Amino acid sequence: MLSRLVLRAAPAALRALPPPVAVGVLHTTRPLHTTQQSLAPVPPLPEKGGEVRHGLIPEEFFQFLYPKTGVTGPYMLGTGLVLYLLSKEIYVVNHETAAAACILTVIIYAIKKFGADVAAFADKLNEEKVATALAMKNEAIQTLQTAIEEEKKEQWRAEGRSYLFDAKRNNIAMLLETNYRERLLMVYNEVKKRLDYQVAMQTLKRQKEQDHMIQWVEKNVIQSITPQQQKESIAKCILDLKALSKSAHAAV
Amino acid sequence: LPAAVLLKDMKLMDVKLGQLGSWLAMRDFTPGGILGAIRRGHERYYNKYINVRKGGLGGLSMVLAGYVILSYMWSYSHVKHDRRRRYH
Repeated sequence: MLSRLVLRAAPAALRALPPPVAVGVLHTTRPLHTTQQSLAPVPPLPEKGGEVRHGLIPEEFFQFLYPKTGVTGPYMLGTGLVLYLLSKEIYVVNHETAAAACILTVIIYAIKKFGADVAAFADKLNEEKVATALAMKNEAIQTLQTAIEEEKKEQWRAEGRSYLFDAKRNNIAMLLETNYRERLLMVYNEVKKRLDYQVAMQTLKRQKEQDHMIQWVEKNVIQSITPQQQKESIAKCILDLKALSKSAHAAV
Repeated sequence: LPAAVLLKDMKLMDVKLGQLGSWLAMRDFTPGGILGAIRRGHERYYNKYINVRKGGLGGLSMVLAGYVILSYMWSYSHVKHDRRRRYH
């Protein structure tokens, strides 16, 4: 994140610098970030704090005096200081000194006796806190992992989209085919109806012509039968009947 | 070849005794500077002695001892009267 800041600040800083003599040469009049700084992951807490001797004086003081005065140096310095303060009465011994002595005795006794237990208890509390935080972190990681799995599955599923599209295309093709055939059938029916109509018209016309002609012929024939012919035909019929009756009599 | 560090950027432990006066004069005494110095000092102490996994007694007791000494210094003018002298 900081490297991004640097990358954004670098051009502005470079513009602020005097124009370069040779184009393309990076003028570094100020050192850019050379270390790999990053805010995450946060480095873990140190295990133990700075060393303190007798609960009051940091260890660095003893190390500071060790080369010149050895191990007993700081203690000699301490003794000398205390004696000086007492003798010059810069530190005054009064009722407060007695009170301080009693209080300090009690405090030191209590620390020596119960210190370890209190430390263990505090460590346990800390452990629980860290454990809950760790559990949360692990759970978050777990959920993200499952989310990744699900996502991959969905991606795999999405690969089958070609099959889906093929099926849809088939459906549409079938619809089109059906529609086409329906219309074809309709066209056929319509055309057939029109042709049937024409045929019926023709038959009707012919029939009518025939009937009319027959009627006309019959009418003319009946008209042409004169009364003379009618008498002749009736006489002929009677003669025929007589002949027939004779032959019938003979047959019987 | 180590780059020469300006006097005002040097740490206190690296300043020579003769340069102490000029070093002190160059320090930032604006309110913001003082506040920053207090904050830096506090963070150094806190991160060294208190913000650790297994902190010990020294972290707190040093602060209390410092408080005791400071209050003794502030009340010295009152404690003076308890000295063993004939004429105070």
